[in-house]
Amino acid sequence: MLELSRDQAGALIKHAEEESPNECCGLLAGRNGRVERVYPGTNVDHSPYTYLMDPNEQLAAFKDMEAVGLDLVGIYHSHTHTPAYPSRTDVAKAFYPDSLYVIVSLARRDAPDIRAFRVADGQIREESVIVR
Amino acid sequence: MATVYVPTPLRQATGGRSKLTASGRTVKELLDGLERSYPGIRQQLCDETGEVRSFINVFVNGTEIRQLEGLSTPVQDADEVSIIPAMAGGLDE
Repeated sequence: MLELSRDQAGALIKHAEEESPNECCGLLAGRNGRVERVYPGTNVDHSPYTYLMDPNEQLAAFKDMEAVGLDLVGIYHSHTHTPAYPSRTDVAKAFYPDSLYVIVSLARRDAPDIRAFRVADGQIREESVIVR
Repeated sequence: MATVYVPTPLRQATGGRSKLTASGRTVKELLDGLERSYPGIRQQLCDETGEVRSFINVFVNGTEIRQLEGLSTPVQDADEVSIIPAMAGGLDE
C-alpha cells in the first residue's frame, strides 16, 4: 500500500507535467508505506523513454533519509504517453525489490493516474494507492 | 576502517545492517573485505570480470569512483563509502 497526501500526489503529477515530454523521477520516503517526504530527482537521461535518477541526488536523498530516520517507500517516474504500468525495462532495472515502483501516467492529460507496484524477481504485483 | 553505507537491496547480504565497516587501501581491497565479512555481496556488486556492475554506483566521500580511479581509488580509514544501485527504467526497445 502507498499512502500519499493530496499535496504529495499533486507534486508528483506537477513534476511529471513539468518534465514532459521527458520522463521525471524521484524518491518517496516515509514509514510503512506512508509518504512523509518527496525527493524530486533529475532524470540524467533527459529522455521521453527512459530515466536514470542523478546518482548524486540519490545519494544525498538516502543520506537525508538515514539522518531523519525515514525508509525508502517508493521510487517514482512518469510515463508521458503510456499507462501507469511497468514496462519490461522497468522490471529488468528494478534493483529495489523492497521499494514500491510508483508510476505517474499522463496518458490521459485530463486524468493523470498514479499507480504503485512491487517488482521483485521479474514479477509485478500491484498495490493500492491511497490519497488523502 | 572505512564506513560503508548500503541501502535496502544490499542488506540481505549484511544481515539487515545499513552501516558497515571494512578495511582496505583501495576500493577493490575494501570490496574484498566486504565479501569476507558478508559472503555473496560481491556477486551483487561486481560482474564475472571483477568490474563494478554498470548499475552500481560506488561513492568515496560523495564522489563516484568512475570519476576517480575506479577500483584503484584509494580509501583512508576515516572515509565514507556508499554503494548504491541505480534507479532506472524505461520503455521497451
